Amino acid sequence: MAMEMRLPVVRKRLGEGLGRETKKHLVVPGDTITTDTGFMRGHGTYMGEEKLIASVAGSVERVNKLICVKALKTRYNGEVGDIVVGRITERRRSAEDELAMRGFLQEGDLISAEVQAVFSDGAVSLHTRSLKYGKLGQGVLVQVSPSLVKRQKTHFHDLPCGASVILGNNGFIWIYPTPEHKEEEAGGFIANLEPVSLADREVISRLRNCIVALVAQRVMLYDTSILYCYEASLPHQIKDILKPEVMEEIVVETRQRLLEQEG
Amino acid sequence: MAGLELLSDQGYRVDGRRARELRKIQARMGVFAQADGSAYIEQGNTKALAVVYGPHEIRGSRSRALPDRALVNCQYSSATFSTGERKRRPHGDRKSCEMGLQLRQAFEAAVLTQLHPRSQIDIYVQVLQADGGIYAACVNVATLAVLDAGIPMRDFVCASSAGFVDGTALADLSHVEEAAGGPQLALALLPASGQIALLEMDARLHGDHLEQVLEAAAQAARDVHAVLDRVVRQHVREASVLLGD
Repeated sequence: MAMEMRLPVVRKRLGEGLGRETKKHLVVPGDTITTDTGFMRGHGTYMGEEKLIASVAGSVERVNKLICVKALKTRYNGEVGDIVVGRITERRRSAEDELAMRGFLQEGDLISAEVQAVFSDGAVSLHTRSLKYGKLGQGVLVQVSPSLVKRQKTHFHDLPCGASVILGNNGFIWIYPTPEHKEEEAGGFIANLEPVSLADREVISRLRNCIVALVAQRVMLYDTSILYCYEASLPHQIKDILKPEVMEEIVVETRQRLLEQEG
Repeated sequence: MAGLELLSDQGYRVDGRRARELRKIQARMGVFAQADGSAYIEQGNTKALAVVYGPHEIRGSRSRALPDRALVNCQYSSATFSTGERKRRPHGDRKSCEMGLQLRQAFEAAVLTQLHPRSQIDIYVQVLQADGGIYAACVNVATLAVLDAGIPMRDFVCASSAGFVDGTALADLSHVEEAAGGPQLALALLPASGQIALLEMDARLHGDHLEQVLEAAAQAARDVHAVLDRVVRQHVREASVLLGD
């Protein structure tokens, strides 16, 4: 049985190799953002004696008259139209609920849904009123920080490498084998329990490790970045992707390709 | 220890510092990936770790939920190897509870709890090595952890201890100075506004000297703020560079 051991090394500061300075206005709590009272205050700020003061540590974002501070790491704040992936932990126990839903969804099930409404105290109301939402069957779940999931038009992607991925806005990412044919009648509540082939499972494992590598280096997650990272990781074995040097190498290559694609 | 000079004639303390000088502070944010926020601090030989979870739904009894703001729950724990003699400290003993309450008082003053009604914010602090200024180190590391978690706060909460020896106020006491038995006070401050979040002293101090000692503690807290401010800005800058423009 082969064993690998590592000695502790001084942690390298992330971003050293990037060598570029940020142009953003960075603030910490207590900093005055502006004394101009014409601005509306957004998240991450509060009003204190004629000044707008930051309440989180992050970068200032200004959209016309609205100023907000985007923190580095935040808990997920629901917004209408977001896609979320989550696990059912508790359910209401009422008579009609028992009759209607028990057959389909139980406690412990993983589902994908869309945010319908947000209450004033921050709670969100979800709906699965479309065939693309519903119970999730076989696949792998990766939990990342919500701030790393890029907002896009669609969060359901069928990647060309042979698997599909759902990028939940709440930071829950679901990787699953691409279904061969869309189940129109079932509408997403019947779990597909057929065995998944080894090739598909390898693709899914590789994708999962790539996502973990991207998150460790704080790269925004979207279909292109995940795909480039997957392609950059192909020369390595799946389990090697989690090694720090390999992780760094793959992500550097991914960043380069993303920059080339933008410019 | 009889005969130990806490303040020499030339104005040097036991560890070579001047009266108002702070110990060296080193801090790091984001040390645990699993927690919402985490931080580690070393003030001289005092080392402390803080972990923050939240805001999340109230665990346990829903009746404790406050309808208009978040509940701040602080827990303090001290490692068995943190003091000179290894001592097992049961959870829930008096000192831990009191520290927890004092931390809660400091953070309820600073965290904008109205933004998260009916939820709970958990702050867990553990002292790994105790060399005086425990409360101050706990407050400082917890501030960094709360900032790391992205929980909105009015301002930093910076704390320092202060004592009084031979007519001079000393800032940032070490264990030797605390054990000598003189008066000592702990102060937690919101630096930008100068508001005091917590002031604690359980010793006898003549009223004439109070202002001097208080001023020493406040200045020390502001000095701590300068260091923590630098640490947070560096952390934000690094992460910002990584995420790209």
